[in-house]
Amino acid sequence: MTTRPRTLFEKIWESHIVRPQTADTPAVLYIDLHLVHEVTSPQAFTQLRERGLSVRRPNQTIATMDHSTPTTPRGLDGLIPILDPQAGAQLAQLERNCLDFGIPLFKLGSDKQGIVHVIGPEQGLTQPGMTIVCGDSHTSTHGAFGALAFGIGTSEVAHVMATQCLLQNKPRTMEVRVDGQLQPGVTAKDIILAIIAKIGIGGGTGYVFEYTGSAIRALSMEERMTICNMSIEGGARAGMVAPDETTFSYIAGRPHAPQGADWERAVEQWRTLPTDEGATYDAAISLDAGTLRPMITYGTNPGMGMAIDQPVPDPEALGDPSQRAALDKALNYMGLQPGQQLLGKPVDVVFLGSCTNSRITDLRMAAHVLRGRKVAPNVRMLVVPGSQQVKQQAEAEGLRDIFVEAGAEWREAGCSMCIAMNEDKLEPGQYAVSTSNRNFEGRQGKGGRTFLASPLTAAATAIKGKITDARELV
Amino acid sequence: MEPITTFSGTCVVLPIENIDTDQIIPARFLKATDKQGMGDHLFADWRYDEGGQPKPDFVLNQPEAQRAQILIGGHNFGCGSSREHAPWALQGFGFRAVISTYFADIFRNNALKVGLLPLMVAPEAHGQIIALCTADPGAQLTVDLDAQQVLLPDGTAVSFPIDPFAKYCLLNGVDQLGFLLSQDDAIAQYEDQHTARVTTVLH
Repeated sequence: MTTRPRTLFEKIWESHIVRPQTADTPAVLYIDLHLVHEVTSPQAFTQLRERGLSVRRPNQTIATMDHSTPTTPRGLDGLIPILDPQAGAQLAQLERNCLDFGIPLFKLGSDKQGIVHVIGPEQGLTQPGMTIVCGDSHTSTHGAFGALAFGIGTSEVAHVMATQCLLQNKPRTMEVRVDGQLQPGVTAKDIILAIIAKIGIGGGTGYVFEYTGSAIRALSMEERMTICNMSIEGGARAGMVAPDETTFSYIAGRPHAPQGADWERAVEQWRTLPTDEGATYDAAISLDAGTLRPMITYGTNPGMGMAIDQPVPDPEALGDPSQRAALDKALNYMGLQPGQQLLGKPVDVVFLGSCTNSRITDLRMAAHVLRGRKVAPNVRMLVVPGSQQVKQQAEAEGLRDIFVEAGAEWREAGCSMCIAMNEDKLEPGQYAVSTSNRNFEGRQGKGGRTFLASPLTAAATAIKGKITDARELV
Repeated sequence: MEPITTFSGTCVVLPIENIDTDQIIPARFLKATDKQGMGDHLFADWRYDEGGQPKPDFVLNQPEAQRAQILIGGHNFGCGSSREHAPWALQGFGFRAVISTYFADIFRNNALKVGLLPLMVAPEAHGQIIALCTADPGAQLTVDLDAQQVLLPDGTAVSFPIDPFAKYCLLNGVDQLGFLLSQDDAIAQYEDQHTARVTTVLH
């Protein structure tokens, strides 16, 4: 039997249809894995209680604590102190909810706790061909494994809890092709910042991205996660990479990965997922990785990015009045002038962390630059591993010692200064180079000003105390 | 949910591109475990000064904004995070609809779930509405969901698209969770046919 050539997205979409889309109703789409955290779930649990509903598949649901958790070092009792009573109440409520509804929870202080998009892959929960959702827009991260993964709101969190399904209209697909070979000192973060700068923050609205091409194939799983993570910053709810040997070897042996004969069957099935020869996408863009330089943002959304040695663009050069006003507003907030060079600009804080860049390879990259060097006296550098497992591994490898000896703060796992819901935040007016994903006004603390960049750029900037091209140091 | 058919109201004009959910409601207000009081935090960092006092020149602090039912934003409204707190905060302030040229996917989904209408209009009409409501802050617009039109005071009708199922639910006060729950047989059948899928996740 011959079938129509299909994309990776179409294969996953079609295999999860409980009830097809009609002219009047969206498709009922089955969800394999639901990730839950403290911030976007409480009102969903309340809805279940009010309607007398249970969680349909608690064994396909897993919760962690990450967004509002403190990352301050543990006390003598080995516990992480929660000083914010509102955060404490929210965390306590998640624990109560998970207990009442039978959902496994990696709670604060446990050795599996961490950022929701770090622990899914780390535990082998994230697997190719799955549908994965979470009340968090960076759920797109899991698409790196060839899964269809996207963020949902709290109403939809309740839908998935109660029915393990979502009502969805089929999105369009866009091939994002990246060929060529990255130059030394240029990373996956620079690829995704370049893609977003090219298409703009709304360019992927309505689409699911599939990243293809030789440069994507050459990336490790953690680099692919960095890229898929920021799909949403280009407006796409999901971004995917077809699974391959790199994917399988990353998953093999992880706690929740299939074992033995199940593993063989799973891999055989996963090999059928990549986009068929001749399948078509609704749109396509391409990028040459070989020409990329380290990227940095200069404005107040992730689409306002450029190569690190370029001058800040001039609003006057923009034809569209709405875009001109937006850039004017952004430069005003950032305290930057058109034509200004960012290289050499002093910063106050360097943040290494977030679901974009807090995995072990991210920490290794930064540690490689920092080894034997010191963080500049004008800079506070926070290193926040993405999970307790990453933290333990980094300590075992000696990375912690490199960071601490350089003068950086080594903290507990969580979202931390990416979202500034805990004590880790910028003061008004402060500048930060951050490996996180959003440079929106106030995102890292009210009045704080963010330059998004790679872990290499972050580490180099910490050493020099000013925005630095890491290629000078590595 | 209360059915939504037509309503009329004045507008707040905030024609900034790419208004992200961190501006609509900053993350530090997401530690609540209910939906109460979200309207107080709407656009908090643009609306209040360092001392927490309303900035008199910000549009939401104008007296006429207090009665407004429609917010007019710039292109790509609601980009950023998945927080449903953003539509809750807009509703909490009193808005029943947002007009833009296009919305971020997750925001649009969330808004439709809670009965805040994301009205996507053509760029020319968007410009026309902004000019009209800027010149006359008392101008009343009428939203007719069934006809999928925004009616301007001069009688001009501006059409907007909306997902037919979301429209049906909003017009009839049907909540989408109820519809999904009614699919129980189909879901159970799917799970029976895909046993590997429902058992391999956590073991």
